[in-house]
Amino acid sequence: MTDLPTRPTIPANTGVPANTAERTPSQPSSEVFRTSNLSVSYGGVRAIADVSIDIRDREITAFIGPSGCGKSTVLRCFNRMNDLIPTATVDGSVWYHGVDLYDPQVDPVAVRRRIGMVFQKPNPFPKSIYDNVAYGPRVGGMKADLDEVVESSLIRAGLWDEVKDRLQESATGMSGGQQQRLCIARAIAVNPDVLLMDEPCSALDPIATGRIEELMKEIQNDYTIVIVTHNMQQAARVSDRTAFFTAELDEGTGQRRGRLVEYADTVTIFSDPEDDRTEAYVTGRFG
Amino acid sequence: MAPSELIQNTLRHRRRSDVSGRVFYGLLIAAVTIAFLLVLVVMSDVVRGSLDLLGERAWGFLTSPSSSDQGKAGVVQGVRGTLVISVIVALTFPIGIGAAVYLEEYAEDNWLTRLIQVAVRNLAGVPSIVYGLLGLAVFVQSLRGLTGGSSIIAGGLTLAVLVLPIVVITSAEAIRAVPAAYRDGAYGLGATQWETIRTQVLPAAMPGILTGTVLSIARAAGEAAPLLVVGAAPYYTTGNNDFLEQLRGAFTALPMNIATFARLPAETWRGHAAFASLVLLVLVFMINLVAIVGRARIARRLGR
Repeated sequence: MTDLPTRPTIPANTGVPANTAERTPSQPSSEVFRTSNLSVSYGGVRAIADVSIDIRDREITAFIGPSGCGKSTVLRCFNRMNDLIPTATVDGSVWYHGVDLYDPQVDPVAVRRRIGMVFQKPNPFPKSIYDNVAYGPRVGGMKADLDEVVESSLIRAGLWDEVKDRLQESATGMSGGQQQRLCIARAIAVNPDVLLMDEPCSALDPIATGRIEELMKEIQNDYTIVIVTHNMQQAARVSDRTAFFTAELDEGTGQRRGRLVEYADTVTIFSDPEDDRTEAYVTGRFG
Repeated sequence: MAPSELIQNTLRHRRRSDVSGRVFYGLLIAAVTIAFLLVLVVMSDVVRGSLDLLGERAWGFLTSPSSSDQGKAGVVQGVRGTLVISVIVALTFPIGIGAAVYLEEYAEDNWLTRLIQVAVRNLAGVPSIVYGLLGLAVFVQSLRGLTGGSSIIAGGLTLAVLVLPIVVITSAEAIRAVPAAYRDGAYGLGATQWETIRTQVLPAAMPGILTGTVLSIARAAGEAAPLLVVGAAPYYTTGNNDFLEQLRGAFTALPMNIATFARLPAETWRGHAAFASLVLLVLVFMINLVAIVGRARIARRLGR
């Protein structure tokens, strides 16, 4: 890439919905993220190398691959959650709407307000349901009517009817599936542009998983979603595009490192993949 | 034998008697019993020793200053001193908690941080009399202008320094035990580091921090040796000093009262020592009670 755009900085959150500017119908499929030669190391050991991938606006992109292939690591570069691991170093670049996320001028806090995250294990705060959803708007200094934000977020997450009569009860008393939908509501409440989901259903039963998948389908017109999943059927069901990662033994160091093998339309990945390794994985012969 | 019968027999048959398990269980029961009995003996000894005085002039004992007259001697100065010391120690808790937050959340993991952690751990094991010498040098002599010399401020600050490492260690443990999921959740929603600490880490760590701080108040309330070195008096005359002058004047504390009574040769003073011990125990229990209630309240709010 020789014609990199100049590096505008992400403005600090102003309480204005983050996504109004980018959401023009004229560019429905523009790219949200583009990484070039992204590599991440933990304590000097390379976890994933040379990932170049572009994530399109308002599509669901799935990352699949065997354990330890670095798909979660890549996901965590998109909102700079890797910053929280002191030993992690990131090389290469991640462009978000033309902004280099790892530019020193970029504030990771502002990044995470636009790029929300849902984690593998449902992690509601030990607070009431209401306070969980209101947490993001509160720390962001949102002056808008919190009741309204909480209600609309819970409605979007398909949780409102189940919890509207017990908003002040502790969130830790909910079922796992409800907790995960609460975490999605919590992420939505700050009005992000992107939702990163790191194996959001791995701790849930099939029915709760189905509800999360329905929910993803319902909100995909408003958010760009990137989901890491171990479940190939899930990737096939929900995603528009799929990236297959794998872990290879590095002959030089003897360590396993993740690589992006193939990235294409989900239909292509599952029916007519180019790479033999992808085919072996999606047909269940490997991994 | 039918297959189901075989399975039944296998399940019902105790494989072998688990001797070492039973022995270990027995040892645990013995340990609990011994610990409980020791407390019971101490408590009953203290209560029995104070019974006479309790019946005779309990209120008078609680409300009069110490005296060489057995019929008049009391612990009011000691109670007041111990309470003021507790307040001074409690006022320094933010320093200990702040140090723990820094060490756990901000400090880089390098040799300096590890050196500080090791140093704090070692300081927690330094004998209290050594802290007394430190208090004498720093708070009584160097900072005489502030403390007024051998005063309750000097004594309280000495004990605060004594328990500071305990506060730092227990707070750091509590902070470290906060699930990473809370931090991730907060950071993922765009909270800053300080917002994450204030809204997630500290509330979740608060029960543990509270336990540590209360234990250290109890520790400070029971120390006599450092106060002796700093220059606590067996008793003193107040005159008409105002509150501030009293803070900077002569002082005593309950452990000082106990030591004084216990060292007097006449057997008849034993009751005074026992009663003063009882007062100290009740005081410490009350402080613990406040912490237990506070802890339960926070835990309920956290929904656990």
